[in-house]
Amino acid sequence: MSHLLITPLLVPLLAAIGIFWMRSQPQGARRHIARALSTLSVLYLNLVALLLISAVSGGQTLSYALGDWPAPFGIVLVADRLSASLVWLTALLSLAAIAVALRGYDARGRHFHALFQLQLFGLNGAFLTGDLFNLFVFFEVLLLASYGLLLHGGGAARTRAGLHFVVLNLLGSSLFLIAAGLFYGLLGTLNMADMARLVGTVGAAERGWVAAAGLLLLTVFALKGALLPLHPWLPNAYASASLPVAVLFAVMTKVGAYAILRVETLIFGPLAGPLAGLYQPWLLPLALLTLVAGILGALSSTRLALQVAYLVVGSAGTLLTAFALDSATGLSAGLYYLPHATFAAAILFLLVESVALRRGALGDRLAPGVRVADGPILGALFFVAAVLMAGLPPLSGFIGKWLLLRAALDHAQAAWVLAVVLSTSLLAMVALARSGSLVFYRGEGGDALPKSLPALGGELLALLWLLGLALLLLVAAPAFLDFTDATALQLLDPQHYIDAVLTPHVEVP
Amino acid sequence: MLLAILLTLVVGPPLVAWLARFGRLNAAWGAGAVTLAAAYALWPALQGAMAGETQLQRIAWLSAQGLDLHFRLDGLGLLFVLLILGIGLLVILYARYYLTSRDSMGRFYAYLLLFMGAMLGVVLSENLIQLLIFWELTSLASFLLISYWQGRSDARNGARMALAITGAGGLALLGGFLLLGEMAGSYELSVVLASGESIRAHPLYTPMLVLILLGVFTKSAQFPFHFWLPNAMAAPTPVSAYLHSATMVKAGVFLLARLFPALSGTPEWSWLVGGAGLVTLLVGAVVALFQHDLKGLLAYSTISHLGLITLLFGIGTPLAAVAGVFHIINHATFKASLFMAAGIIDHECGSRDMRYINGLWKYMPHTAILAIIASAAMAGVPLLNGFLSKEMFFAEAVGAATQLRLGWLLPAAVTLAGIFAVAYSLRFIHDVFWNGEPIGLDRTPHEPPRWMKVPVELLVILCLAVGIFPSYVVEPLLRVAASGVLQGPMPSFSLALWHGLSPAMWMSVIALVGGISLYIARAPLFEIYARLAERPGMYRRAHHLLERLYLWAGAVTRLSTPERLPHMALWVLLFAMTLALTGALQAGAELQGGRTLLPMDLLGVVTTLVLALAAIATVLLYRQRLVALTLLGAVGLVVSLIFVRFSAPDLALTQLSVEVVSIVLLLLALYFLPQQESRATSPWVVRDLLIALLAGIGMALLTFAVLSREGQSISGFFLEQALPGGGGANVVNVILVDFRGFDTLGEITVLALAALGIYGMLDGIKLQGPEADSDGRRWDPDLYPPVVATLSRLLLPLALLVSMFILMRGHQLPGGGFIAGLITAVALVMQYLANGVAWTQARLPRNHHWLITLGLSLATATGLGSLLFAHPFLTSTFQHLHWPLVGDFELASAMLFDLGVYLVVVGATLLILVNIGLMHRESHTPLTDAEEEV
Repeated sequence: MSHLLITPLLVPLLAAIGIFWMRSQPQGARRHIARALSTLSVLYLNLVALLLISAVSGGQTLSYALGDWPAPFGIVLVADRLSASLVWLTALLSLAAIAVALRGYDARGRHFHALFQLQLFGLNGAFLTGDLFNLFVFFEVLLLASYGLLLHGGGAARTRAGLHFVVLNLLGSSLFLIAAGLFYGLLGTLNMADMARLVGTVGAAERGWVAAAGLLLLTVFALKGALLPLHPWLPNAYASASLPVAVLFAVMTKVGAYAILRVETLIFGPLAGPLAGLYQPWLLPLALLTLVAGILGALSSTRLALQVAYLVVGSAGTLLTAFALDSATGLSAGLYYLPHATFAAAILFLLVESVALRRGALGDRLAPGVRVADGPILGALFFVAAVLMAGLPPLSGFIGKWLLLRAALDHAQAAWVLAVVLSTSLLAMVALARSGSLVFYRGEGGDALPKSLPALGGELLALLWLLGLALLLLVAAPAFLDFTDATALQLLDPQHYIDAVLTPHVEVP
Repeated sequence: MLLAILLTLVVGPPLVAWLARFGRLNAAWGAGAVTLAAAYALWPALQGAMAGETQLQRIAWLSAQGLDLHFRLDGLGLLFVLLILGIGLLVILYARYYLTSRDSMGRFYAYLLLFMGAMLGVVLSENLIQLLIFWELTSLASFLLISYWQGRSDARNGARMALAITGAGGLALLGGFLLLGEMAGSYELSVVLASGESIRAHPLYTPMLVLILLGVFTKSAQFPFHFWLPNAMAAPTPVSAYLHSATMVKAGVFLLARLFPALSGTPEWSWLVGGAGLVTLLVGAVVALFQHDLKGLLAYSTISHLGLITLLFGIGTPLAAVAGVFHIINHATFKASLFMAAGIIDHECGSRDMRYINGLWKYMPHTAILAIIASAAMAGVPLLNGFLSKEMFFAEAVGAATQLRLGWLLPAAVTLAGIFAVAYSLRFIHDVFWNGEPIGLDRTPHEPPRWMKVPVELLVILCLAVGIFPSYVVEPLLRVAASGVLQGPMPSFSLALWHGLSPAMWMSVIALVGGISLYIARAPLFEIYARLAERPGMYRRAHHLLERLYLWAGAVTRLSTPERLPHMALWVLLFAMTLALTGALQAGAELQGGRTLLPMDLLGVVTTLVLALAAIATVLLYRQRLVALTLLGAVGLVVSLIFVRFSAPDLALTQLSVEVVSIVLLLLALYFLPQQESRATSPWVVRDLLIALLAGIGMALLTFAVLSREGQSISGFFLEQALPGGGGANVVNVILVDFRGFDTLGEITVLALAALGIYGMLDGIKLQGPEADSDGRRWDPDLYPPVVATLSRLLLPLALLVSMFILMRGHQLPGGGFIAGLITAVALVMQYLANGVAWTQARLPRNHHWLITLGLSLATATGLGSLLFAHPFLTSTFQHLHWPLVGDFELASAMLFDLGVYLVVVGATLLILVNIGLMHRESHTPLTDAEEEV
């Protein structure tokens, strides 16, 4: 009996419990133990993620029946290429976040490491669960953990953004619950594979209700994934989060995108009969509008952190545009773009914080003023990060956009996709050139700066780690694309997933 | 080829930046060495190209996506490689003397090499997408180079404008290449160049052409995108000489030449390319004359010459293409040397304004001679290279004129441009070197260092050599390059100084004579131009446009991204309703299902009415918060009654205890809120009411639709398996702790998180409570009436006993950890309420974290236990036991899990309530005597 699938959940959960035993604001030895537990958990998660990805890279879909109750009666965890790669992405990102947290950010509030680990528990759970209600539970875990993390460090801006975040997401939770109830009432099951099996058999009299339930679910996921017009909670929340939290949040919108992709391809995929492609008519226009709204927000931002947050909205739009193309090439392009966008956002958040610390009272405001300490190295990194984020050649962002545009050529709305993606790329470049020029070029004197600046230690390490990953994404693009192509094909073949989950006991290797 | 690009693009920049740390000049030496190394790496390939071969080098990368690393060196590439490396080397030498000790050499040469590598990539690409990658890189490198003097606002703005314009062109080019690749079936140039006919016949030919030309025109500063180039002159002069006259701006015309066989030969091509070229030629030449800034004059002259080359490719005959290539060579040599000369003058005088720098012949005769020769080449004076290509150009213009109605206009316009070219060249010579004495210079100009002039000298010698012995010096290269452009048979041509009294000869004569006359009679023209120049130019307009874009983006963002919570919530609701409604209508649905509806009974009607009324009353009375809260409690109570009515005792118990706890919680929180909401009525109340009604109706319809259907479900399995498989008769509890125990584990984690979140949020917050209630009554000093205190203390053991009972029996009969936990918590909270926090805390543990932690640990450990027996996480086991006196019962491992749930619920509830309660104690005074004793 292999417990590979439950391990990415158990590791952070056990770490969190261990950290709880170290009290709320650990001091002395307890503090070291809490930090060590958190770090070890993250390192171990990276190892587990590698094992997981190698276990599914041959195309297997693994399932794990919790409590030994067979699907669809008990809860199953399912790992296919998509789930495993997102677990891996989370693990990679969390390394950067923990490196930053250990620089002292973790001591600025209570329970940082416990919340951090439970956030990882929630993320991995959301990616691995094969049960709709269990997904709801993990959404709740994520919501509460990220609310706690968002407030970490305190302050009025965080409290306000946190309130917006939690109220809207509780509204989303209610909708999720309603949708889950409807699905259970109509299909009699909440196992996603079972739902996928049954959706195609729904009679004409019930079809509309299933569609309504599915679209309520889309609302919830769109809220998580920051799809227009449900994105307004994001900019302030991300811009005010403390640094390690902002880094980890780079993957948060991807949970929404993941859920959309999973439900779109599995439950409302090719087997759904008349309900196939339920999300299609909504997704593409909304994704393109999200892209536009994000970039316009970035153009008008008066703070660098806010600008990056809006760029995150824009990249969510790009990602969902790719998913909305509903073709193997589109999905593959999106799956390549997804880790790129995650790394790019995290890199920029890291830079923003480092820069803000080095501009004295000016912080991250987009206004001319003092010269940035460590300007040359931060400026060079910002330039690279801006090229990465704007999707300019020669970095991974360009490859992602290029794949997206190529995939779009076969789509009926190719002209719209091309026009929007290309023009927003230009505007993103204009916005970033402006802020880079304001921050790094228009500095005079450095008197207002605090005398003793912390050296660029953990931040730089995290930056280089993420930049290295982004570079790997470029250099090893052929290997990554082989994987994303295979993932896309796997997603477009839901029968395989259904069989793997519902056929009694496929032994996990 | 890859090696050369890697050397300059990847190895070079960090290397020179690093070298600069050991002395400024090392950077220059390093850059020179890297350039020579690149030339050495390319040498064999260059020789092959000179012999007429087309060499390809392929490194498979993203083959399936049409993006391999694929390099190509043919005649056209050869020409550009020579320009890039040759002029690059001269610029490196020149810049070493140009930069002052305040300028960072390392940064400059790093950027310069970055550009050089990118530019090599552009001209050596076989794959179009790869070409585009390098193309955009040249824009980025250009941004860095223009903004090299970061402190100057003109440098920053000029750089950003150049990036915006050329970047926009690059993205259009990407779109164009995408289409072109689709048409040709490949992104490889060899394929594209061979499928010209099918491309030209494709329905998407025109949009594709427009997109590609946008890229070309922005890069090569063609009207109306030319305005970024003069503002890019804020760059250091070596950059202007290199990027903005010899190489980067030629990337556009390079692409015209490159794609000439595939795209040219249609009316669209002729009109778009030729039209843009002609207008640019004229505008550039006219405006150049009136520039007072030396570099400004050269910039507009560059624009004009780029227009000339574009026009030649637009004319579209093979011979015109040859002339275009020839002029690329000639322009690069004379313009680069002119920029360098202008840089020397600027360097020595501290000014570039031709109204002040005059009469320099006396001070720097050597430089003057060089500049005069180069200017004469620019004007098209015989015996210099500019003359030859200009003659060919005039001849082509005359030739093209015969094909068109009103064709004579073309030679006329071209001659007019020639007149202006002569005039501005003459102005460059006369104003700077004669025309009186220098005005107001802060230093006495003198000759620059010896080696600063060497690059200029070499280029000027080339101008002369090509001009006098064209067939020896340049013809072989020109033939190879032109055959690279045409990819087919070469037209016959001869490079000679004298072609007889052809129309072109006469046009040259007119241009020379006219230009000189124009210069002599320039004064009134300058006055007219000065009046015109008061109007904002295109650069300023583009700048304003960008500024307006930021404002507009802000306005859109305020609309699309509301900052207020009610708006955000409204959008979520509207979105959900729109989608659900559209989905239901489109897919088609019948409201009522097949199930027989139950008859209405009196009890049902009454409870429903009470529920509805209480809910409506809550909304109506929401301003009086205490009343609203009481009504909300009523809603919850009725819901639990409904659960009882439908035989769901577990749910009813849970609902009841949750209700109590949450009302207590809300009461505690209410204390810190104003007791009455402000009276002002929202103007949107009708809208909100409508939306609320619609949402309610929608929810009711959905519920009815689902409940009125029989539906298959998996619940049968749970009923069958609860006892035999889960060891419990209470199916609800078995679902909670066994079938779906993992959900419960998640939910207690959520509960723990909520408690910790609230604890963290309240940490360090000080809130001021009100002194009196809404009617002005002060708080009762008797905080803890003895009757309540005594009763609650008496009740405690009983309540705890009940909760234990409910916990223990939960697996078999209604109850369980969740309910029991809530009952315990309520019993304990009552002690706080009745006896005060201090009294209670003295008797109960202060910190509830450990309860939560213990509970989570217990629940998780129970789950882990099954791993030891090689079963999946959370697999339960149970044992039938007989206990004397007590009787038979099932002991299930899931009960241990339930105990964990119980502990978490107790701990979390207490943590939340007690911590909010503690804030009361801190916020309001005075303490009673009894408390102070404690």
